Amino acid sequence: MDLDWLVEFLFTIIRLSTPLIFAALGAVISRKAGVLNLALEGMMLVAALTGVVFSAITQSWIVGLLTAVLGSMLMATIISYCFLVIKTDLYLTCIATNMASIGGTVFVMFLLTGSKATTAEALRSMSIPRIDLPLIKDIPYIGDVLSGHNLLTYVSFAMVFFAWFLIYKTRIGLRMRAVGEAPEAVESVGISVPKIKYISFLLSGVFAGFGGAFMSMSYVTWFSRDMVAGRGFIGMSIMNIANASPVGSLGASFIFGGADATAKYLQLQNLPTDLVFMVPYAVTIIALTVISIVRIRREDRIVHGKSLRRKKATEKAAE
Amino acid sequence: MAIEMLRMQNITKVYPNGFVANTDVSFSVDQGEIHALIGENGAGKTTLMKILFGMEDCQTGKIFIQGEESRFSSPLDAIAKGVGMVHQHFMLVPSLTVAENAVMGIEPLKNGIFDFEEAVRMTQAIADKYNFTIDVRAKIKDISVGRKQIVEILKVLIRGGKVLIMDEPTAVLTPQETDELFEQLKMLKEDGHSIIFISHKLEEVMRLCDRVTVLRRGKVVGSGDVSELDEVKLSRMMVGRDVILKIDKPLSEPDNILVEVKNLTHRSREGVLQLDNVTFNLRAGEVLGIAGVEGNGQSELCDVIAGISSYEGGSVSINGQTTMGMTVNQIRETGLAMIPEDRMKTGCSVDLSVKDNIMANRIFSKEFRKGLFLNRKKINTLVDRYIEKFQIACNNRNQLVRYLSGGNIQKVVVARELTSGANVIIANQPTRGIDVNTTEMIRKLLIEMTRENDMGVILVSADLNEILEVSDRLMVMWKGQIVAIFPQADEVDEETLGEYMLGLKRMPVEELEALI
Repeated sequence: MDLDWLVEFLFTIIRLSTPLIFAALGAVISRKAGVLNLALEGMMLVAALTGVVFSAITQSWIVGLLTAVLGSMLMATIISYCFLVIKTDLYLTCIATNMASIGGTVFVMFLLTGSKATTAEALRSMSIPRIDLPLIKDIPYIGDVLSGHNLLTYVSFAMVFFAWFLIYKTRIGLRMRAVGEAPEAVESVGISVPKIKYISFLLSGVFAGFGGAFMSMSYVTWFSRDMVAGRGFIGMSIMNIANASPVGSLGASFIFGGADATAKYLQLQNLPTDLVFMVPYAVTIIALTVISIVRIRREDRIVHGKSLRRKKATEKAAE
Repeated sequence: MAIEMLRMQNITKVYPNGFVANTDVSFSVDQGEIHALIGENGAGKTTLMKILFGMEDCQTGKIFIQGEESRFSSPLDAIAKGVGMVHQHFMLVPSLTVAENAVMGIEPLKNGIFDFEEAVRMTQAIADKYNFTIDVRAKIKDISVGRKQIVEILKVLIRGGKVLIMDEPTAVLTPQETDELFEQLKMLKEDGHSIIFISHKLEEVMRLCDRVTVLRRGKVVGSGDVSELDEVKLSRMMVGRDVILKIDKPLSEPDNILVEVKNLTHRSREGVLQLDNVTFNLRAGEVLGIAGVEGNGQSELCDVIAGISSYEGGSVSINGQTTMGMTVNQIRETGLAMIPEDRMKTGCSVDLSVKDNIMANRIFSKEFRKGLFLNRKKINTLVDRYIEKFQIACNNRNQLVRYLSGGNIQKVVVARELTSGANVIIANQPTRGIDVNTTEMIRKLLIEMTRENDMGVILVSADLNEILEVSDRLMVMWKGQIVAIFPQADEVDEETLGEYMLGLKRMPVEELEALI
């Protein structure tokens, strides 16, 4: 009986990790080219709304998903234009975009549906299908955890590999890493640095688009005010903790997915909801602190560890 | 008859702010020739090369590559025509490998995927062809400065570059690395490559180059075969008057001890032992030179004494006060001033004005306050006096330091440090990369300070000429240790010094102790 509870809990973790994985990958790929996408939150919001609206109009989840991603890419293009062409400050532009997205999505929703809270009543939007994995679904327990997720969950896993491959195995990835580290070196051989930055930012937009679509087109089929709820920012923390590694981000996403899932379960336990809702964000702060301490310790060990050991050795020798 | 590889004809460049960088400059480079382009800082060498490399455009003038008129609007055009530049500040990505850096921009692909093995093969092939010994799979951050320069050269060669522009390539190299570089440049020359060698080290020009063109204030003031010229003639062309390479200095009369360093030990962040049991004294009225191949602890010693780095063991005392646990500012207040190694990063703030930089170390003094506010009048008078005294060439005291030439930036640093009221001065590479006039001025100032004001100077320099001329006493550092002390620097010959610097010889401990 206990095991059923665990299976359900693990399933929830994977489900709740999905948007975080997309957000983290969006952060990773932009970070690599030195243009950290702070606007992931806003992009995901816009994608979530776009997906709902267009899937409702066309009654096709595929169109909904595609337009969600396109909406997010359009935002990436606008931000890129601002900071690459008219040279605004990237981070201020991203923050402004986030603010505009929170208000803007509500405004558009109100124009279309007359509601400022949710599109649930007015728009009949579509959901992206769930997938049962052949063979795996028949394995007891494990099948229940891994199979039956939304299509986008599996896409997110594939994207982790895709991002890794892109960054470390392709020419554009090599150039992105180079731009992120030494843009003047890349410029000196005649490669356009703004172009590489744009491509990286655009890809970040693609990941954010998938993440947004997952929010409004998988387990729920409506858009509501501020439904991304900081997941774009948590994605950035995940990237930071994983040291901008795509595979590491996958692991770190599960930690935050776990926190999210825990919050969901605690909600059922008669605890004050406001306190419970705080859990994922509190975990973010704790995780960032812990990882920072670990990094400082590691550095200290490298610097002082050797000398300490040597000191002890000489003391021993003296005896 | 030599074949002409490249010709720049009647180049004139005026910057938007009205500064005339080049006036009617013409020069040419033959195939298989090393052509030196020399001149003081701000003479227009770098601008001329930027025009050649397509980084700047010019108002009038033409560029011919192998007789064909060419117009470069970007470095890409220049590279396509076989012109490559080895920048003074390396254009490399630290966490990528040598091969990845070398092929950046022309990456080999296999099925649309970056082919790392092919990149390794391409780079290795070029390295083998010109006898460069380098691990092409190593990451840039793990290799020495000398190797990094090789990578820059590989980058040019792998693109089929025929003309190499080398912008002060030896500024960052040790003497050994310089020798190695020169051998390799000569080999490239044999192979028919043309090299434009920008420098202001005359000795290197004499050693390496075939022809030389001298620029002064943006104009060509002379050119010719190196074999027909000598250093005296060249320096006369560069500065328009005879530069005294020998310094006459009154005898040093060492007095009381100013700085006492005992058994000092320091490790880098990575745990590498950089100062190993260093003990010495600095007395009033002397210049104590510290010679050594770069990276043997000289810079670390300066930083530790100044309090910028901490130390693991031993003690430092300045004017009788031990500096343990003091902040940099407190240490300065004991009577220390420092001319740091890197004038652009630590020597001054390039985005502040000449005035602000000069005032930086005394702005908190009550002397410059009037009630709650700063005494502007007093500050301005003082700054103007120093600008005049140290001959800082700037438009006015409010000009940003960024827009000054290297020599003038260094004068700002020197003006600030030498007038701070300190009696101990650490000068770490005080004349690196600056023009002959300023160099001479700074060296004389350092000597003057010790003789007239009873100050003590610790001088670290990679320039052997400088260290031998300016120092009274000389120490040699090798692998973080002091391996030799010479009480009379002018009696040391370069060969003996070289043996100690390379660690071939070291004085016995008893002898060193006697000389401290």
